[in-house]
Amino acid sequence: MTETAVAPTEVERPNTDDEATTARAWITIVWNDPVNLMSYVTLVFQRLFGYSREKATRLMLQVHHEGRAVVSSGTREQMERDVSRLHAAGLWATLQQD
Amino acid sequence: MFKSSRHGPVARFAAGEVAILDVLLGELLALLEEDESATPHDTDPLAEITGLDDTVQPPERPTDPALARLLPDAYADDPERAAEFRRYTEPELRSGKQRAVRAVMDSLPRAGGRVVLTPELADAWLGALNDLRLTLGTRLDVTEDSYGELERLDPASPRGRELTVFLWLGVLQETLVDTLS
Repeated sequence: MTETAVAPTEVERPNTDDEATTARAWITIVWNDPVNLMSYVTLVFQRLFGYSREKATRLMLQVHHEGRAVVSSGTREQMERDVSRLHAAGLWATLQQD
Repeated sequence: MFKSSRHGPVARFAAGEVAILDVLLGELLALLEEDESATPHDTDPLAEITGLDDTVQPPERPTDPALARLLPDAYADDPERAAEFRRYTEPELRSGKQRAVRAVMDSLPRAGGRVVLTPELADAWLGALNDLRLTLGTRLDVTEDSYGELERLDPASPRGRELTVFLWLGVLQETLVDTLS
């Protein structure tokens, strides 16, 4: 991805036509790994995101079976915070633009 | 194994089990304190005087696979952003994990016996047990099949012994999660 070299703060980037109304959201992805316990991953999703047990379990199973799941979305800053908290809990997480 | 009690999660450990935990946690702490970017470099006399050392490198993705698993990249396809994120967050990530490991080590009943976990201590145990298993699991190259591997292995062989410890840590963590869920 390339960006024009403008001062990084306080500069509002002009919206291009197709991005005029909907800025692309950022997402946090949790990746499967063979070590983390399913019960632990579910508990982490409940605690970090306040998800119900059902939703947390569904996401955990998606990670387990599909290799990855989107667990949250929002601004880049919010997703960096989520990724930090997931790393602190020992989960393998990354963020990217949707 | 942890069980629920009126006072919080409780487990009983034999002295030998405490000794194993203590060694493993000590190794984990040393790993988390390892600073690969702090390789010796020629000291700049001006930097010594001014305290401004521009030869200090921002942390890079650890080359040790276990440490890389504990401190993963936040951006999968963007090394530049991953490096920047690491620079701002890795010190706190490391120190948080170190605090948890130290708290668990301090709570171990040295001669064996019972440990009762306050909510804060339970979180420290949960995190440290997970980091121990991630480290050991990476070193042992654990896959989803490894859980059945032990049945085909001689439990007295080096890998058999290590996998036994790995699985025991899993039981500890699983039962602790159960008391908290």
